[in-house]
Amino acid sequence: MKWARVAAIVFLVVVSAACLLADFVAPAPYSHQFRDVPDAAPSRQHLLGTDDLGRDRFSRLLYGTRVSLLLAPAAALLSSLLAALIGGTAGFVGGWLQRSVMAATDLFLSLPWLFLLITVRALLPLNVAPITSVLITFALLGCLGWAAAARVICADARTLGSSDFMLLARASGSSGFRLLWRHLLPNLKPILFAQFWISIPVFILTEANLGILGLGVAEPLPSWGSLLRELESFSAFSGHPWQFVPLILFIVVVSCFHLALQKQELSA
Amino acid sequence: MRRFARHAARILIILLLGGFLGATLVRLAPGFGTDEEELDSRLNQQSIQALRQSHTNDGSLGQFYLHYLTRLLHGDLGTSKTLQQPVTRLLAERFPETLKSVGMGLALGWSLGLALAIVAVMSRSWFIDLFTSLAAGALLCVPAAVLALLFVIAQAPGRLVLGLVVFPKIFRYARNLLARSASLPHVLTARAKGLGGFRVLLWHILPVAAPQLLALAGVSVSLAFAASIPVEVLCDLPGIGQLAWKAAMGRDLQLLVSLTMVVTAVTLVANSASDLVGRSLREGAA
Amino acid sequence: MKQRLVRLALSLSVVLTISLAAAQSGSELRFCLRAEPKTLNPVLMADEPSETVRYLTGGVLMRLNRLTQQLEPELATSWKVSENGKTISFKLRQNVRFSDGTPFSAEDVAYTMQQLMDPDLHSPTGDAFRSGEGKVITQITGKNHMTVTFPAPVVGLDKLFDQVAIMSAKSPEKEMAVLGPYYVAENKAGSYLILKRNPNYWKHDSSGRQLPHIESVRLDIQQNRDMEMLRLVRGEIDFVNSLDAEYFDKLAAQAPNMATDAGVSLDSEQMWFNQVASSPLPAYKKAWFTSTNFRRAISEAINREDLARVVFRGHARPAVSWVSPANKFWFNAKLQPHPYDQKSALQALAQDGFHMQDGALHDRDGHLVEFSVITNAGNKYRERMATMIQQDLSGIGIRLNVVTLDFPSLIERITRSFDYEACLLGLVNNDLDPNSQMNVWLSSAENHQWNPSQKTPATTWEAEIDTLMRAQASTLDMKKRKHAIDRVQEIVWQQEPFIYLVNKNAMSAVSAAVHNAHPVALTPQVFWNIDQLTLGTEVARNR
Repeated sequence: MKWARVAAIVFLVVVSAACLLADFVAPAPYSHQFRDVPDAAPSRQHLLGTDDLGRDRFSRLLYGTRVSLLLAPAAALLSSLLAALIGGTAGFVGGWLQRSVMAATDLFLSLPWLFLLITVRALLPLNVAPITSVLITFALLGCLGWAAAARVICADARTLGSSDFMLLARASGSSGFRLLWRHLLPNLKPILFAQFWISIPVFILTEANLGILGLGVAEPLPSWGSLLRELESFSAFSGHPWQFVPLILFIVVVSCFHLALQKQELSA
Repeated sequence: MRRFARHAARILIILLLGGFLGATLVRLAPGFGTDEEELDSRLNQQSIQALRQSHTNDGSLGQFYLHYLTRLLHGDLGTSKTLQQPVTRLLAERFPETLKSVGMGLALGWSLGLALAIVAVMSRSWFIDLFTSLAAGALLCVPAAVLALLFVIAQAPGRLVLGLVVFPKIFRYARNLLARSASLPHVLTARAKGLGGFRVLLWHILPVAAPQLLALAGVSVSLAFAASIPVEVLCDLPGIGQLAWKAAMGRDLQLLVSLTMVVTAVTLVANSASDLVGRSLREGAA
Repeated sequence: MKQRLVRLALSLSVVLTISLAAAQSGSELRFCLRAEPKTLNPVLMADEPSETVRYLTGGVLMRLNRLTQQLEPELATSWKVSENGKTISFKLRQNVRFSDGTPFSAEDVAYTMQQLMDPDLHSPTGDAFRSGEGKVITQITGKNHMTVTFPAPVVGLDKLFDQVAIMSAKSPEKEMAVLGPYYVAENKAGSYLILKRNPNYWKHDSSGRQLPHIESVRLDIQQNRDMEMLRLVRGEIDFVNSLDAEYFDKLAAQAPNMATDAGVSLDSEQMWFNQVASSPLPAYKKAWFTSTNFRRAISEAINREDLARVVFRGHARPAVSWVSPANKFWFNAKLQPHPYDQKSALQALAQDGFHMQDGALHDRDGHLVEFSVITNAGNKYRERMATMIQQDLSGIGIRLNVVTLDFPSLIERITRSFDYEACLLGLVNNDLDPNSQMNVWLSSAENHQWNPSQKTPATTWEAEIDTLMRAQASTLDMKKRKHAIDRVQEIVWQQEPFIYLVNKNAMSAVSAAVHNAHPVALTPQVFWNIDQLTLGTEVARNR
């Protein structure tokens, strides 16, 4: 168990270091188009081949990892905190507040948010630096991704509220904020971790889909999402197996996150 | 009985609110009332003007909604702009299809998710835990579109994709919830006293986590509905997910409002049901 | 001579396949539509899927042979356009019935014309006939003779009838009663359409057998091109009408007999700058975009050869102006595509006071030259072209931001709010006669994208285009018309209100099971000779 965790942490450190030092590690700039060799197979010059425009896939992977690995967890954290705040408060206070918050959550889950995103795009200027566009996108994702988790947390908070140890804490004079902070929140940890862990890959993938609306990571900046979108045109017919490398890295990184955080996750 | 009536009234209000908010979002988003045909170079000035007019003759948002509601009372949901068919007919044709895929997806997602979560928690072997988490993580990382494509290539039924999209989420929540219940003092005591794994699970772990799992069940319905959009579009399943996508791209107000209401209704029913069952469980326990 | 040979070859192959065709009752041809047909009323059809249905179901007075590009008689056995270009007279085919059994007569043609020209219906097909104010008069002059008179001369009048599917004036089935080879038997909204052989179709082959050979046509609505390709390879569909470049190469490598590149098509891809005076852009950007030197410099800084080679895998050609080289008669052969020349681009920019500063281009007042280009999301080729142009422009110190938008948002920006700087789109063109693009080139037109609906022409060259386009529309003298159109092409080439990028090739893929297919560059590429197509027996057996 322990060695697996250590290995995971080491791997994450190596990946992070490679990305942070991408300027030195990457064999080519991420946007440079080698127009003579588009869609090339892996070679010594291009370790993972090139994409449709002849850009070095390995360099794009490094830079893309930097963008996604930094921002997706931040957005996931935001959505988990929102879920904890909204769901936790509703479940803790109960009564009409809980009912109306849950009604709002239900609405939130069923509205066509696509149109909100389209409106946001319209409100933004067209000349946005790629990095600003990414930041806005992940912030939006963080703000919109809390609803499902909030419902589960609310149910959890209600159960916890009537559990023995909370009664005990109440009896011993804890109340209000202290009760919420010291006793309730730590117990919500398993759900919050689940939400956090699920959100990271989901947000990374959603970011790429928002490219359709002119949000998300703008060209030429790469992101995991945009690298994985390439796979959508994969078919047995056109098979380039090396296109799967970003996906495998993605899975490994997410799994390493899981391993590294496992201890905290269940320490409630 | 009164409680039930109150519940129903609440659902109705939220439903209408959902329809109204949906209509507002669609109307305010840019691109409403546009049509690709406007770019047709054969059309002359008058025709283009007429085309534009025809898309914005629903009146203001309030007017539209009032109109919509009066028609709704007569059971008429209007006509879809993009598909040129009555919305009622479209929904009637397509809803069963989605219900089938969502039902199958949820069944698959839950049986797989819950089973693996139980195995992971009960076995207390880190290897099994790692393996199940890896499987869930891998599925979480593959874009639904890619998954759908792989299924089409393998000629497997597209509905299963929905199950695989929902599965990791259910697994993750369930695993963490069960693991926490399993580490509660009285469960540990029961285990120490030599109670068998299955009994511990049935008598001590599941009951503690039941309300949260029920809430998750309610929420997973809307997760599955949301996932049905990309899956149906790619796997070519003629359900309401596919319909929603077409409606959104064509800014089909009538259809979108009706779809929002349908999805809101499903979400509300699923969540209310899980709330009610959860409450009776808690009352039963008290 | 050549044409006659082709026709001979065609009829020969028809004879050869009759024996095959006889064995295939219940045969079904399948292919995909990329979107839902918006309407089944032939008068209102404008989108590609609807036009596909119209081509398969509609009976027309005459048909443009897509191979020879000549008009051929169909429901009209002969016709004549009057010298003033206002009147066309037809001799109609006798003993023809609609798919529901209603007999066809001159009344139906009159009814169709009346529907087509109905000012309240706003038919795109009808608009093509509208050359002046006033009523269209149809006169039935004999049992099978009739004339249609327009208020003003219509150029290319006879060819326009290729788009006019005759509707029945009397049939209770209204527009669902058709005269073409097939009728719509089933329409499952958003999923598929099934067309069945019209039992009353008038056409017979040389051996007297009623056409079309294939029993039914199934049109599946499938937006995703990967899926379409996959289904073709699996034999679930019989052809792909317009194939993407990357699939073409892959298919050509695996099954060279299936893929056809019919050469450069009429379609073009172009980019333009927003020159609308009332747009919400800052004044200095408006000054850039209205400067010919600036547009010219951008045009020269774009490597069109690379676009054609990388994005379209060589299945495209650098574009010159608004008439594609595929349009042999109307294309101005004196013009060459603007060569990729960064030096010349920078010189042109220097004339307007642009200068380089720390590796970035600045205008006279010191503003950094940065702008955005919008394009519709989901079109891989446009996204890629935009990204390549981004790289090309960075070569002359310009920062380009690529923004993909969903189509409705994009249309709102280019037609209503004018809140955009540059736009990259393509134009699908089905009509050989450049007069069909009148509503793009007139400065008063709505589709004059870069600066629509002008009260008076904003520039002298736009005024000249207006004059030339009007002049060519008012004469039937082909020499004069050609001269005017050549000059308009030249002005557009010089001024570059639209920066033409590439003309794509028309590529298609046809399964070996389909016999007699001769894909061409004009739409509908594969099934233009639908009533001649047959399906191989092996496929019929598999189904």
